[in-house]
Amino acid sequence: MAVESAVAQAISSIPDPEVPVVSIADLGILRSVDIDEHAHTVAVTITPTYSGCPAMEAIASRIVFEADRQGYAADVRTQLSPAWTTDWMSEQGREALRRFGIAPPGAVAAGESRGPVPVAISRHVVTCPHCGASDTTEISHFGSTACKALRRCNACLEPFEEFKAI
Amino acid sequence: MAHDPAVAEAADSKPCAAYLLGLADDAMVYAQRLAEWMTNAPQIEEDMALGNLALDLLGQARALYPYIGSLDGTGRGEDDFAMQRSERDWRNVHLVEQERGDFADEMARLLWFSAYQVELHTALTGSTDEVVAGVAGKALKEVRYHLDHASLWVVRLGDGTEESHRRMQAALERVQPYLPELFDDDEASVGAAGRGVGVLPSSLRDAAVNRVASVLEQATLSMPEPSKWRSRGGRAGIHSKPMGYLLAELQHIARSYPGAAW
Repeated sequence: MAVESAVAQAISSIPDPEVPVVSIADLGILRSVDIDEHAHTVAVTITPTYSGCPAMEAIASRIVFEADRQGYAADVRTQLSPAWTTDWMSEQGREALRRFGIAPPGAVAAGESRGPVPVAISRHVVTCPHCGASDTTEISHFGSTACKALRRCNACLEPFEEFKAI
Repeated sequence: MAHDPAVAEAADSKPCAAYLLGLADDAMVYAQRLAEWMTNAPQIEEDMALGNLALDLLGQARALYPYIGSLDGTGRGEDDFAMQRSERDWRNVHLVEQERGDFADEMARLLWFSAYQVELHTALTGSTDEVVAGVAGKALKEVRYHLDHASLWVVRLGDGTEESHRRMQAALERVQPYLPELFDDDEASVGAAGRGVGVLPSSLRDAAVNRVASVLEQATLSMPEPSKWRSRGGRAGIHSKPMGYLLAELQHIARSYPGAAW
């Protein structure tokens, strides 16, 4: 049991290459870890945040590396369905993002509208991770990575990134 | 032999492979065009935004290519499809291969293409093929953002200054001839739709037009009249002049240095 949790723990705590304050488990990228104690192998399933997420290969090779350090051969599978959603992000992950200066994602339901796309610069409240004010403005739909938008706080005037709810 | 399930299945998957190749090539070629905006967009945020959209589309194409290679029996991988095919083997529509014009031209194209893709992927989430449904479910979340992004810009430019309005309207007129091709039912799409794997492009038209129309209304722009000339042939591998130049740039390294790895 101790051995099993060691390899699972090593894989779960791998940091996301683009947002290193959050682990792949806390982000919801890590979908399953199946350990075979006899064969010393581990089957790992991961899912991309976005179709073109360039971090997937780095994550996969890190999983192989960490498993190997624990004496296991890892077989990493990428799975698209069900599609990743920010709702899979853990509370701990959200808190880590906030402390790092990235506003964590809100609930997805708001963005799932099926009707004509509402045209509005900002249609949801995002709280500034620096000062806690809710008066913030979207500067750009897209930030430094596909999963983030760029915003500015109208109270403390600091720019910050928002993890988009998808 | 006609009753051999393996043979029947292989024959069955060919039309689906041809259909999916059209979808993957649209995404791949438009990713290449959008990527050209990086360092060329009107503001640095837009460099990043269009680069991100390109990445989403590239990811959609990458998810489909190896699957198409398994369906058509060739076993080709993503690089074989993207880097080793000649112009006549590409199945994208003419809309996505046109040279990027000014920023308004790109927003007009993006508005239409993303409205089409939102309808397409909404429909494909109900595909009988698990892989196709999975790719569509993922892509749908992304293309909604693309449509939102294009909508914001079209409203901003259309309902902006006299010049931005005039140029946005002119851009809508310029993309008009390339739109009907998106909604043409060809043999491959009819075959794939008949098997429940794909969807008839013509069935997506009205909803996509409605999406665009509601944006144009807010943008104080008008829907152009149907053009006299319209593009044809992309799904059959007949392309327009810009396609050759696009492929030359896209494939240059892979073709000049066969087997190059990095």
